[in-house]
Amino acid sequence: MIEKTVAELAAALASGDISSVELTQAYLNRINRYNPTLNAFITICDESALQQAQAADAARAKGKNINPLLGMPLAHKDIFCTAGVKTTCGSKMLHNFIAPYNATVVEKFNAAGAVMLGKTNMDEFAMGSSNETSHFGPVRNPWNTEYVPGGSSGGSAAALAADLCAMATGTDTGGSIRQPAAFTGITGLKPSYGRISRWGMIAFASSLDQAGPLAKSAEDAALMLNVMAGLDEKDSTSIDKPAEDYTATLNDSLAGLRIGIPRQHFAKGLSADVETAVRAALVEYERLGATVKEIDLPNNHLSVSAYYVVAPAEASANLSRFDGVRYGYRCADPVNLEDMYKRSRSEGFGDEVKRRILVGTYALSAGFYDAYYRKAQKIRRLIKDDFTRAFDTVDVIIGPTSPHTAFKLGAKTDPVTMYLEDIYTIAVNLAGLPGISIPAGIANGLPIGMQIVGNDFAEAKLLNVAHQFQRETDWHKRKPVALGKGA
Amino acid sequence: MALDKSEVAKIAHLARLHVNDSEAVEVANRITDILALIDQMQSVDTDNVAPLAHPLDVVQRLRADVATATDQRQLLQQLAPASEDGLYLVPVVLE
Repeated sequence: MIEKTVAELAAALASGDISSVELTQAYLNRINRYNPTLNAFITICDESALQQAQAADAARAKGKNINPLLGMPLAHKDIFCTAGVKTTCGSKMLHNFIAPYNATVVEKFNAAGAVMLGKTNMDEFAMGSSNETSHFGPVRNPWNTEYVPGGSSGGSAAALAADLCAMATGTDTGGSIRQPAAFTGITGLKPSYGRISRWGMIAFASSLDQAGPLAKSAEDAALMLNVMAGLDEKDSTSIDKPAEDYTATLNDSLAGLRIGIPRQHFAKGLSADVETAVRAALVEYERLGATVKEIDLPNNHLSVSAYYVVAPAEASANLSRFDGVRYGYRCADPVNLEDMYKRSRSEGFGDEVKRRILVGTYALSAGFYDAYYRKAQKIRRLIKDDFTRAFDTVDVIIGPTSPHTAFKLGAKTDPVTMYLEDIYTIAVNLAGLPGISIPAGIANGLPIGMQIVGNDFAEAKLLNVAHQFQRETDWHKRKPVALGKGA
Repeated sequence: MALDKSEVAKIAHLARLHVNDSEAVEVANRITDILALIDQMQSVDTDNVAPLAHPLDVVQRLRADVATATDQRQLLQQLAPASEDGLYLVPVVLE
């Protein structure tokens, strides 16, 4: 049962084949069995999960709540604030932080009656592409535990791939949903900037951060997005645009769909295995009635440069709130106020977070603003314009999510090498566009991810395009053999 | 642009971070590498390009200027590492 999709589980719960309590207990058992190996969860909520499951079963018996996610066990990335449950953001700085309120995303899943199994591991403050920067240790990839699951939403991705939950939340600032989804063989959607409230989601880079669903299928991602999306007055960047029923167009025909493939995403640096898998998927799309043509995103190669100004600059401002005064870690025996600030921050943050704070502080320091932040914003315009031009002639853009499959733990120690991991995903964040990664193959026992990018607020189109592929293929149903089946 | 130890010390102070002497060279080298990556964008002529601050080019939504938040001082102050009588405690600032 635990390997089933949310759509299948919703039917089983509705028909009474299984109760939420039984389902929740099955996932908790599996978490207890495999989390010591995978380290996907930072916090496991056994008791409260079973209470929520009981409440869901009671609500169903009374016919009170008919949301398809009623009683559905989920895992939240540990970046979303949860009242009464620790929210660490993968950092020593917040290792014992208990938020006084729920993030809007958490509230929305609670209102739908979903069951929170726990909080998932992540790169510290979402800064990383391998989940190795977490204060709570790296997450291991269920497909091969010598390999990383990707990051920063690595815990959510690994938990889903290992069937430790039915669905999970993530956040994506430069690829943090899509790249781990690719590395673990699941479906991960980064919606348009502003589609989902950022309220209660610990800020990394405010002009880029966006929450999204990680799921076992595009259909599941649509069911989750139905709950997550919508205007929130508490987030000033939340978009005032009516939420849709993202399941409504899943079954639309792809006849006449115009697919663009960026030359720049099929160039040097792309592994042969990944290219072969994505090109095979494109043939499948042509069989479904789509047309494929090459397009250009001529400024794509500048995206990593611009991103590593914008993201660290905004991070340095956002993370200035961690001062050892109001909440979070405080060093022992400070000799004066400045010593307290400096040592609390130096002892509380890990190396990668400090590195990005320093880069951001440098870029924003007196005399450098025009050369760095403003310049990066201009590059950002060029990148957005590339996409706008492309969407004049195509409906979606398809390419690889990552240049290769998952790499080994400890394989990439140089920060710049790690930053270049996100070469295909970062431009999408800079342009604020929606992008989804879906499984498209397996090479050497590791999953291959394919990215589909749409125009502003084209989430329904992306989910439709992904769902039609998943109706014809079974890559999304493949499971890591290393872990075995059943609870 | 290569950074040296003294520049790292200056930025670290601005960011209220402490960088040990023993790690300063390593930190300077790493940041120099990152700045080299960033500087790839400097070769592009952007004289006539308008900066993009918000990916969707929308303007900030405003609300009526009325108080909506409730007083949560006690609740929020429970999170502080040190507080007393409604005040946040820090090391002595004025002698």
